[in-house]
Amino acid sequence: MSDLFRRDPRAQWIGRNRLHPLYQASKGEPERGPTGLLRKNLHNIGFMGPNGLKRVDRCGDSNSGALIRITAKATDLILPLHQVDKPDFYILVVLDLVSARLTSHDRDTLGLAQQLANNNHARGAVVAVAFGELKEEKLDTAGIDRLIHFDSNIYQSYNPEQRCNDLCNIVNALQPKHILLPDSIHGGGDLGRRLAARLGQRPACGVFKVTDEKLLCRGGAGKIDIIRAMSKILLVLEECCEPVTETRHQTQLLPYVHTEIIDNCILDQGNLTVDPGAINLAEAGFILSGGNGVKDWSTFHLAAKTLGATQGASRVAVDDGYMPRDRQVGASGTWVTAKIYIAVGISGAVQHMQGIAQCDKVVAINTDDKCDMVKRADLSAIGDSTVILSELLHLVAQRCGGQNKQYEGVNHG
Amino acid sequence: MVKDKMALAQGISVTTLVSIGEHPLSGRPRRAEQDARAIELGLKLVKDKLNTLYVGPAHNGETTDVLRNYLGMGLAKIDIIDAPQHTDVVTTLLENFSANKADIILTGGRAENGESSGMLPYLLAEQLNMAIVASITEIVSIDTLSGQAEVLQALPRGQRRKIKVRLPFIATVDMAAAPPRQSAYGWAMRGELVVKHSKTYQQDVEQSQWQVNGAQKRPKRLKIVKAKTAADRFKAATAKVQGGSGKVIYDSKESAQEILNLLISEGII
Repeated sequence: MSDLFRRDPRAQWIGRNRLHPLYQASKGEPERGPTGLLRKNLHNIGFMGPNGLKRVDRCGDSNSGALIRITAKATDLILPLHQVDKPDFYILVVLDLVSARLTSHDRDTLGLAQQLANNNHARGAVVAVAFGELKEEKLDTAGIDRLIHFDSNIYQSYNPEQRCNDLCNIVNALQPKHILLPDSIHGGGDLGRRLAARLGQRPACGVFKVTDEKLLCRGGAGKIDIIRAMSKILLVLEECCEPVTETRHQTQLLPYVHTEIIDNCILDQGNLTVDPGAINLAEAGFILSGGNGVKDWSTFHLAAKTLGATQGASRVAVDDGYMPRDRQVGASGTWVTAKIYIAVGISGAVQHMQGIAQCDKVVAINTDDKCDMVKRADLSAIGDSTVILSELLHLVAQRCGGQNKQYEGVNHG
Repeated sequence: MVKDKMALAQGISVTTLVSIGEHPLSGRPRRAEQDARAIELGLKLVKDKLNTLYVGPAHNGETTDVLRNYLGMGLAKIDIIDAPQHTDVVTTLLENFSANKADIILTGGRAENGESSGMLPYLLAEQLNMAIVASITEIVSIDTLSGQAEVLQALPRGQRRKIKVRLPFIATVDMAAAPPRQSAYGWAMRGELVVKHSKTYQQDVEQSQWQVNGAQKRPKRLKIVKAKTAADRFKAATAKVQGGSGKVIYDSKESAQEILNLLISEGII
């Protein structure tokens, strides 16, 4: 379980008492202190030399005692398997699956579904519906009893009508007690409302708490709380319930009938390439941010353009007039949520660190390796920012050039 | 560009649905932000041919002020279907749209007060058998021959998706759409508020059973420590957040390569 050393008080007691009958027998074992550290017994070191003198061989050739600290091995805990073989009812959950993985919002929704399925010793099963690719590794610990996975190619694109139609078929087949969707901008909110309109059911939107047959919903653009009776379709907010962590679930694949609808009103034409400079700083996914340490701003701008990054700045850079005020990151500027944040020449004032608290990966480019930004960063490059950025630009150019050549090769071939 | 769009949208009837907004802090009535964006989008598309519709109490000072604010954006008139508070707007709207068809209905995604479930456009679309596109930012083009329109949909992280949608359709307008123009006093005074009456009103019975309170602050989720041993609990309580766990590189070439590798692994390059 844990890799903690556990001391054996009895063995220690015997070791202290030379008159104990087991004393001699216990001497062969290595002696350990109370914290598990090996104790060196000076009387036992070495061996008797041929001339009758005690010899201590420090080079370790004749020393047999390469003693390894023996500890209990930390093993992965196997969670208990929650099995529902003949469920009394079903709870349907439609997953958002951002970049083919479960989001935390999905997990919260599944947690709520499990709560509804097992409330008051009920035996319900949670059926998760996944559209498109599914790359999640740990599906069994997410709280999915049954899984319906639509993995046809048509689900790679945006086809809400098809999905709504499929969901209707599932609802007709399984007659679930509740249908739960994350009320999110990743598609759950849209799909849930479509489904509710199709089924003619009034959904409860913005649900954030479920207590015995009562729902607590956020309404009025976040200004009011509504307490209302239980509803069949729930569009739930984030953190509505704790995700499942204590149990494994079966994740049995359920068969489904797939009927493709032909007269789609909505056709997905693919995503547009968006100018990164036009993206609102608060929702940008990749930010290159410059501060006092940036000496060559033209390289900085060029780097942002080449890498396709949204530009940000620290307060100093904005005050000095190198960047506009709306690009300021930090407490008095914008709080950013980027997946990757590259801080160039920003040492990391507290206000700035607050602003980037929600960023996933932070890269620091700085001359000072002891600054706060380097402490926060996942990757720090110490050196002149201009040199490092131009080196990076050079590498990117090389890479793109190489790729183009590859493509050319393919074309010629 | 605008001229082209105008030409494309000829002979197409565009209706925007507006509601009375509410300021998030003061609670004062105002132009609903998304509805105002919907009007902006509609005005760019068909200029003064835009129809605007409001369902609610007509003879209410606050309501009239807000509607005049909408008029100030350059509308000639707003049709008001007089209905008491807490009526089910959908039935009234259905009656209206079954009489005079619209090719494009633009509206905000969610109301700024009341239940604000965002269901209205979906219910209308289902009943009127129209397509629905959520959170659009722009109508790029309308092809009257094939009866299709190209719209841009707002996605998270500032991304945009291009969608072809068949007419007639309902679209909800996202906050990422072009911000609404300022309301001009002259236009607001010149514009006309035309009050109509509907035959059927349906009271929203379910809503009257709800208990409505001011929003309570939701508690932050706590970091739950599921430690089995005392030592683990102790560690969780006392351990500092690991600082300096990141990689530090001093060579400029090596660091540039490492940054590039990171960008590639995150799928940015």
